[in-house]
Amino acid sequence: MSQAAEAPLKTTPLHAAHIARGGRMVPFAGYELPVQYPEGVLREHLWTREHAGLFDVSHMGQGRLRGVAPLAAFEQVAPGDFIGLKPGRQKYSVLLNRQGGIIDDLMASRPDDNGLFVVVNGACKENDFKVIDAELAGQVTIERYEDRALVALQGPEAAAVLGELVPAVAGMVFMDIRRVEGLGTDLIVSRSGYTGEDGYEISVPGADAVRVWDAILADPRVKPIGLGARDSLRLEAGLPLYGHDLDETVSPVEADLTFAINKNRREQRDFPGAARIVKELAEGPSRVRVALKVLEGAPAREGAEIADADGNVIGVVTSGGYSPCLKGGIALGFAPPAHAMVGGRLNVIVRGKAQAAEVVKAPFVPHRYVRKL
Amino acid sequence: MRFTKDHEWVEVDGDVATVGITAYAAEQLGDVVFVETPDVGKTVKAGDGFAVVESVKAASDVYAPISGEVVEANAALGDAPETVNAAPEAAGWFAKLKLANPGELDALMDRAAYEAYLQTL
Repeated sequence: MSQAAEAPLKTTPLHAAHIARGGRMVPFAGYELPVQYPEGVLREHLWTREHAGLFDVSHMGQGRLRGVAPLAAFEQVAPGDFIGLKPGRQKYSVLLNRQGGIIDDLMASRPDDNGLFVVVNGACKENDFKVIDAELAGQVTIERYEDRALVALQGPEAAAVLGELVPAVAGMVFMDIRRVEGLGTDLIVSRSGYTGEDGYEISVPGADAVRVWDAILADPRVKPIGLGARDSLRLEAGLPLYGHDLDETVSPVEADLTFAINKNRREQRDFPGAARIVKELAEGPSRVRVALKVLEGAPAREGAEIADADGNVIGVVTSGGYSPCLKGGIALGFAPPAHAMVGGRLNVIVRGKAQAAEVVKAPFVPHRYVRKL
Repeated sequence: MRFTKDHEWVEVDGDVATVGITAYAAEQLGDVVFVETPDVGKTVKAGDGFAVVESVKAASDVYAPISGEVVEANAALGDAPETVNAAPEAAGWFAKLKLANPGELDALMDRAAYEAYLQTL
């Protein structure tokens, strides 16, 4: 997560609000953002699992693709069924290179009838929009929402909190998205997030961001949560992190994201890298993302080798750390499918020591998405 | 108690030094979730990494403030690593070293010098 020191860091519209609440500011994705508040990562993590946490994710890239047929056009760069995406719905997807590697993972949605709204990772956004612009030249125009902030309200009490503040979100379920009037401004609200909990991501005009942030935090069920807990929450939820678990060499099949490749697209084979991806779907990939529970010793972190029982190195941890809910080490990594069987025993090598680990089914902590009301 | 610029402390009793990390270091690390203490019998040189302390976010090396042989490690940290946050300069000690070269202590800061050093950070 370290950044090159030369480039001046950008700030989000909530920068002063973080400092006012004691946020410990660190460089992340070219921005200065809070890694934690005074309560610390552990308490912030557990608060989000038990109540509701508010995150500033304004570093992420938001934009609107418009054109004659923006949904069909987007299918040229991502393997989802976007033509079939209904207004009011959101899809997780991946931007693919021609080798079938992942340029970024993203959310694409239709908050209204006006084109396709995309949210991409902060560290990747400049390149993502450049790639989309180049690949879809003449078919779509991109309107970047650089003046909008993005906040995420996550946790079992998120729905009750937001329901009181923004009545227009009533009736939404997981992966619904709406453009609504609320808190005196124009919001784009999706029922989704990056913690495994129920919750919302809320796009808000930058000028109104502090007011919206403070209004949500005025509810005693909500606390501000930093990047540290955001990472440990997403890890427990088994959700991959771009730049760590995903990169331009990793295919969505290897990354265990085949759900993002819709059936009709598999048959049409008309997305970048389709030859490799269809082959991997049929024959199995040479490596696959695994979830590991570390059974003893220190947490295994990014870069730790994964070895079989005979000590042969067969893979590597791509993100790992301490799980506040499981009170032990958990990790995501890559290993050959023969070693990826749930229940199988492997070792992770931490500071030269082999520690027992078990392949488990992700997520480590069950998702609590609200799919039906 | 004497201190290093890497935020370790040493307290000497006879020829044995108890070593830990300072309250400042514990606060900077945040919630300690795992501590790897050195094996008894291990010989360390001043400046060597001799223990590891892990927060939710990251693993950090702890450096031996002085040279010596490890005569005891704080086994209680295995089940209760949070002791490092609760009592960093007391029950949260990491290890006891038999001093190899007591003269090394002279190079370390006293409390006033360490407090002054913290003001510069």
